[in-house]
Amino acid sequence: MASPMTATITPPWGLNLRKSYRAQWWLVFVALSLPLWWLAYLAFSGGLGANPIEAINRFFGDWALRTLLIALAATPAKIVFGWVWPVRMRRMIGLWAFAYVALHLSNYIVIDQFFDFSEIWKDIVKRKFITVGMIAFVILSMLAATSWNGAIKRMGAKAWKRLHKLVYMAGALGCLHYIWMVKADTFDPLVHLGILALLLGVRAVHLGRKMWA
Amino acid sequence: MLIKIPKSWMLRESDATPQTLYRDRRKFLKTSATVVAGGIAGSFIGPEAFAAWVRGEKLPNVMKSGYTVDEELTPFEDVTGYNNFYEFGTGKTDPADAANDFKTDPWTIEVAGEVAKPGKYSVEDLIRSSQLEERIYRHRCVETWSMVVPWVGVPLASIIKRLEPTSKAKYVAFETLYNPKRMPGQKRSVLQWPYVEGLRMDEAMNPLTLMATGVYGEVMPPQNGAPIRLITPWKYGFKGIKSIVRITFTEKQPPTSWNIAASNEYGFYANVNPTVDHPRWSQAKERRIGDFFKRPTLMFNGYEEDVASLYAGMDLARNF
Repeated sequence: MASPMTATITPPWGLNLRKSYRAQWWLVFVALSLPLWWLAYLAFSGGLGANPIEAINRFFGDWALRTLLIALAATPAKIVFGWVWPVRMRRMIGLWAFAYVALHLSNYIVIDQFFDFSEIWKDIVKRKFITVGMIAFVILSMLAATSWNGAIKRMGAKAWKRLHKLVYMAGALGCLHYIWMVKADTFDPLVHLGILALLLGVRAVHLGRKMWA
Repeated sequence: MLIKIPKSWMLRESDATPQTLYRDRRKFLKTSATVVAGGIAGSFIGPEAFAAWVRGEKLPNVMKSGYTVDEELTPFEDVTGYNNFYEFGTGKTDPADAANDFKTDPWTIEVAGEVAKPGKYSVEDLIRSSQLEERIYRHRCVETWSMVVPWVGVPLASIIKRLEPTSKAKYVAFETLYNPKRMPGQKRSVLQWPYVEGLRMDEAMNPLTLMATGVYGEVMPPQNGAPIRLITPWKYGFKGIKSIVRITFTEKQPPTSWNIAASNEYGFYANVNPTVDHPRWSQAKERRIGDFFKRPTLMFNGYEEDVASLYAGMDLARNF
C-alpha cells in the first residue's frame, strides 16, 4: 500500500533519496545534538554553577520541550511555507525530543533523587507538575517505541496515526509541567506555551479551511 | 529625626582607611590594567592575599561569635554567585551580574510606626561598626538547596531596643528599595514591588535574628542584599529581606511578598519544617550546595532549641 505516509517515514538511507536531503537530514541531526556538546563544555568549564544538578535538570528539560516544539513545527512549516523536508525528518526530530526527555528524567531519578523510589513515587502522585511530566514521558515513550517502520505495518496506518496524535497532548503537558514548576516567573514557560498555541493554531486554521472549503 | 551617634566608634572609623579610598582603589584596579597590576601586586603579596584584597572591602573589628555551626562553609563564590534576588532578575546568576554596579552609598533607612524614635537613619546609625560580629548560620532556601554562610552583622534586637518601639508594636515590617532604574528586575511584575517582609516582635527580638551588612568578613556584595539585610536562619531564605529602606513597627501582622504572590504556598511564618511540604515539592530533604547527596532537613533548620518556644501550642502545618 503506497500511502502518502511513506514519504514521511522513509529513512534517509532509503534508495529513493536525493543526496541533498541526506545532507539536510544529517545537518539537522547534528544541530539537535549540539545541546549535548554545549552541556559537556559547561560541565568541564565549571559553567554549571553552584548547583550543577539543578542546572542539568533545567537544561535537559528546556531542550526536551524545545525539541518537541521543533518536531511539532514540521507540519505548520509545510502548511505555511510549503516545505516538505521538515515533515520527512520529523521522526528523527521527535526521537531527539524523546532523548532529551529521557535524559531529563534520568537526571531526576539517578542524580537528583538517587533512586529514592519512595520519594519519587510520592512526587509523582502528590506534585501535579511531576504528574503531568510523567504522563508526557509515558506518551513520548509509546511514540518512540512505535517509531519504527514495522510498527506502522503491525498497527495499521490508521491506528498508528491516531496514537501519534498524542504528541500534541505531550507538548501541552510539557508546557503545563514547566508553568507549574516555576515559582513566580512564568515568562519563559508562557513563551513556550505561546509557540505551541501558534503551531496548533496554524493546523486548526488549515483544517478548518479544508473542512469548509 | 536623627539619632546622635556615639563618639567611640567614630574614633575607630578614623583609624581605618576611609571607604571612599577603598572604592577608588577598587575602581582603579578594575578599570586600569588589572592583569598587570595583579601580576605585580600578586608577586609581592602572593596570589591569595591579592585575590582577597581586590574582592571586597574587609570589615574591620569583626568579633567571632558563639553562634556558629560545625559544618563546612559554602565557598565565597557560591554564596555570592548563586542568589535569589528577583529585583535583579529571576535567574540564579542574574543578581551577581546585574547588581554589580548597584550603589549602596548613600543609603537611608526610614523607621516608622509604633516607635519612640522614628526618622531617617543611615546604615551606620543603625549598625555601629564596633558591634559587628560574625555568625556562621545554616541557610535553607524554600527551593530545597542550602548553604552555610558566615554573615557579619548585629542582632536586630540591639537595633530595636535603641529605637524604642511602643507597647502597641506587635510586629516589625521591612521593605526593600523600589527603584526599577537601579533594580532592573523590578521592571517586570514577577512579584509585587517593593518586596516586603515581616516578623512577629518576639521573632525579631530573638537573639538569632541578625541584621547583616557583611559576609565572609567583607562588606556585603550587592547581590546578597547590600547594604543591609535580614537573616533569620530558622526560616526559609525568602524571609531574609534584602537592601532594606524601611522598618515599620506595626500593631497588625504586615503583608509579606511571597504570601501575596501565592498564599497557599508561602505563609507568614515560613519556618523551616521538614514535615510540612511545599504544595509542589517535599521539604523533607535539602541539597547542600556542593554536595551530591541530599541530606535530611532539620526542624527549624537545626535551631529548634533557640526558637521552638516561640511557636509553642501553634499548629505549624496551618501556620506555615
